[in-house]
Amino acid sequence: MSDAASVPRAAHAPRRMRVLPVVAWGYVAWSLVPVLVAVVFSFNDGRSRSVWTGASLRWWATDPYASLLHDDGMRRTILNSLVLSVATLLVVTPLGIALAIGVQRLSGRASGTTRALTAVPLVTPEIVVGAALLLTFTRLYSGIPLGLPAQLIGNVTFSLSSVVVIVRSRLVAIGPTFEEAARDLGATRAQSLRFVLMPMLIPSVVASLVVVFATVIDDFVITSFLSSGVSSETVPLRIYSSVRGGATPALNALATLLVLVSFTVLVTGLAVLSWWRRRHGERGGLRAALGDVTNDGG
Amino acid sequence: MRPRRAGGPWTALATPGVAWLVAMFLVPLYAVACIAFGRIDPIFRDAVPQWNPLGWRFEEAGAVLASITTGPLRAVALRTVAYVVVAMILSLALGFPIAYYLARHAGRWRLALLALIVVPYWVNYLMRMMAWYNLLSPSGLGARLLRLVGLEHNWMDGSSVAVVLGLVYGYVPFIILPLYATLERLDWRLVEAARDLGAGPRAAFRLVTLPLARAGTAAACVLIALPMFGDYYTNDLLSRSPRTEMLGNQIDFYLNASSQPQRGAVLVLLLSLLLLVGLSSYLRSTERTARERRR
Repeated sequence: MSDAASVPRAAHAPRRMRVLPVVAWGYVAWSLVPVLVAVVFSFNDGRSRSVWTGASLRWWATDPYASLLHDDGMRRTILNSLVLSVATLLVVTPLGIALAIGVQRLSGRASGTTRALTAVPLVTPEIVVGAALLLTFTRLYSGIPLGLPAQLIGNVTFSLSSVVVIVRSRLVAIGPTFEEAARDLGATRAQSLRFVLMPMLIPSVVASLVVVFATVIDDFVITSFLSSGVSSETVPLRIYSSVRGGATPALNALATLLVLVSFTVLVTGLAVLSWWRRRHGERGGLRAALGDVTNDGG
Repeated sequence: MRPRRAGGPWTALATPGVAWLVAMFLVPLYAVACIAFGRIDPIFRDAVPQWNPLGWRFEEAGAVLASITTGPLRAVALRTVAYVVVAMILSLALGFPIAYYLARHAGRWRLALLALIVVPYWVNYLMRMMAWYNLLSPSGLGARLLRLVGLEHNWMDGSSVAVVLGLVYGYVPFIILPLYATLERLDWRLVEAARDLGAGPRAAFRLVTLPLARAGTAAACVLIALPMFGDYYTNDLLSRSPRTEMLGNQIDFYLNASSQPQRGAVLVLLLSLLLLVGLSSYLRSTERTARERRR
């Protein structure tokens, strides 16, 4: 007996593994190197996206017609992507916050039904949403034209649930005590929502903004099903239609720009989140912020 | 504290979002059924939705089902299932060890590794596929390297291997994080206890770690399998050949390229039904995980 009890815990501490780190770091290399190669080729001097002939900024800026800076078609796709993402944010953020608070506080059957309704879009493949909305806009809601309006509605529908998930997990973490304290001190329900709950929700709002922006600007399926042709072509649609054609490295430059925009938004969001947490004495830092924006189903 | 009234302001807060989801999610799903089971206008050859379920006709649905069981769609359906299953198994085989390493052994490198694993989330999916197209198209660096070691192949033109590996490349990041979340929350004291009671590391892994992680692992698998079933763009970018066509490509074709919306609608319904099965198992296993965590 005493023998077993005296076995030091450290005896079963995780063993040092040799294979696992190789798999993990090998995977990281495999996942990133092809993308890095594509980024490098945006600086190729030749017309090829796969044969290197020297470095230049030709496809970014210096070519007077075909560079990213001067190609009107590509510039329009960038503008379309930005307009669609920002417009979606403006609609989905208030809608999602209100829905999250409502769902969280409702009780009984209404709550169960609402929760199910908000959960289903999260796991519905985009092609089902895209196809359903396409058929609906062309046959039932014929007042909604394909193009930006339809794309906006499609993206709001698809990203509404992720806003609800992010905001709700924050609501769970906050708990009811702060609002109850405010109510006990004489605040009306509206006041306790506005002055107590809303400020505490800010990290989840920032996280939703980042996640939704990245989702929408990268969205392909819904945006493609609901597009009305060139006038509502976004960057991912352009990549899709040009990869297998004879596109120049300007396409790589366009894709690289998309990644840069996503990362700028991500880094800004992370900075705001960790600044907010520090200011309000919450623990977490980068780790918690990463958790906020990757929304790992937690 | 004051008693909380049922409904009231919370209903008002939830209403706009619920109304949106009803109008833009539920009604469209119903519309798909109404088109799938509607009729074809004899003059314009366009699908006319039948809004009243009592008047639904099932000729087209029957024709599609016949095509899937014995006709030309059979190969597409089988291929879709095969590609998704193989890609899911490969993703799990690659993702699980990485998640395990991240949760248990990464030590001071954990945050850096986690950050690098998250990077592909923020790189456009189509750009990641484009990256492989550039590498494996005949003049690409990867194709030339493979040629050096004697692997001469037209990778980007109807190669099943390329499509399945493309799916793995595309979806692995999305399985690693849920797996990591599962493993990180796992009660490792139970594994310790098994070791204390004399189980070897392998036995402890097989008899304790794996069963504890099963629900989360199943959920993670479903989470990447669902979108893979509806994927058509990976195929379009890496192959664009009828030899590798999946169900998603057919839906895209019927709804966007040729206008046969009724056939497309039937396929969308069929895909949704297929996914409903996976979805219900997903919801059940996440509920189980939630219950276990509350305990």
